[in-house]
Amino acid sequence: MAYSFDFPAVFDYTPVLVDGVVLTAALTVVSTVAGVSIGIAGAAARTSGVKALDTAVGVYVEVIRNTPFLVQLFFIFFGLPTLGIRLPEWQAAVLAMVVNLGAYSTEIIRAGIQATPRGLIEAGESLAMTRAEIFRHIVIKPAMKKIWPALSSQIVIVMLGSSVCSQIAAEELTFAANFIQSRNFRPFEVYFVVTALYLGLAVLLRWLLARFGNLVFARRAARA
Amino acid sequence: MRFAKFLGAVGFAAALFAAAAPGPARADALETITKAGVLKVAVPQDFPPFGSVGPDLKPLGYDIDTATLIAKELGVKVELVPVTSTNRIPYLTTGKADLVISSLGKNAEREKVIDFSVAYAPFFNGVFGPDNVKADKVDDLAGKAVGVTRGSVEDIELSKVAPASANIRRYEDNNGTISAFLSGQVELIATGNVVAAAILERNPPRKPVSKFLIKNSPCFIGVSKGETALLEKVNAIIAKAKTDGSLDAIAQKWLKAPLPKDL
Repeated sequence: MAYSFDFPAVFDYTPVLVDGVVLTAALTVVSTVAGVSIGIAGAAARTSGVKALDTAVGVYVEVIRNTPFLVQLFFIFFGLPTLGIRLPEWQAAVLAMVVNLGAYSTEIIRAGIQATPRGLIEAGESLAMTRAEIFRHIVIKPAMKKIWPALSSQIVIVMLGSSVCSQIAAEELTFAANFIQSRNFRPFEVYFVVTALYLGLAVLLRWLLARFGNLVFARRAARA
Repeated sequence: MRFAKFLGAVGFAAALFAAAAPGPARADALETITKAGVLKVAVPQDFPPFGSVGPDLKPLGYDIDTATLIAKELGVKVELVPVTSTNRIPYLTTGKADLVISSLGKNAEREKVIDFSVAYAPFFNGVFGPDNVKADKVDDLAGKAVGVTRGSVEDIELSKVAPASANIRRYEDNNGTISAFLSGQVELIATGNVVAAAILERNPPRKPVSKFLIKNSPCFIGVSKGETALLEKVNAIIAKAKTDGSLDAIAQKWLKAPLPKDL
């Protein structure tokens, strides 16, 4: 191995890397909040017993889960302007990520909801609680606690998948990497650094999600 | 007697050598071409729109049309010699072709080996955009979204000179840049005139029209070194074709844009 590493050539571009990390983090936070919200609403719709709602959400979920993320992104960025909806790259990236995570989390959360013991719901009904009250107080929290690890993984996958948004010139971390290596011709060093950054971001995100899960769901579950 | 024989042998050998030697020593190339009635032109066949192979397997393109034009003006038949970008100059120096019309750019290295005519075709990187977007110089890019292929010559050059408020969007490849332009995600694109011609070829609703140049390297016709008569004749033909509009017609046909005035 006669390769001599030249990491200073990468650190000359530190501001570009910092901007990349910031945008990747921002994309992840926004799409997680919005995507999981859609997931909860979607799962509620699928388990509501209203056939039309169940079918509509089912179609959405299956379309998104059975097409590549990159194609969804291109559809939004390059396709929608033809219909007069022109989104700048970061909005297109957020929309694609939200729609994608929304579909996956709908299925994950639905699984948690359907695992709610029948008896708990019947107990709520016997206390004259409305359907909404039952969903809010009895169903959703234990369901979220059950599926939280799976949902956390999905959120990390979406964060890593945001690298694809470099394809529409959204200047996130992978764009920063591609940009730098097209200027200093040091791809190995650049991807070395960026891989480490992604790893760091993913570990940090998992840790934050685990803390959040413990804080919000664990106590309730212990009381339940 | 023996000495005379020796002298004779030396003379014969010298004559042979002189006849075989390339370059200025041989007969005037223009005369040879006119006498043979054939002009051998080295043309590309892997570089549209300058030269490619048509559906009937015949070469076609800007360079082929230029070759035909010159042969017609010389009153001879044209013989197309397909070459690649690496062997086009050797074909000329070894006499396999009389002219190289193969989207050839001029540089000091090449000028040592061959002579160049006046420019016959535009070849440049520039900023392109629809008619209604005003951008005559690089400062006009302020506040505008310009699409460019990341890492390309245009990207590097434009990044150096563009005003800070210019919004340069860097796409992964030419297709991304073109899609971004056609879908209106960027107002302008920085690319080569050949790429712009390829977009215009498909007649899209948003037409990339040349706004200003970033880097210019027009194409020249290569002629063997020292063939002054041929070179002057070729230059005269190109000059005439520029004024009478026949070269402009070729540019319109293959590059979908008029011949730049300063060419």
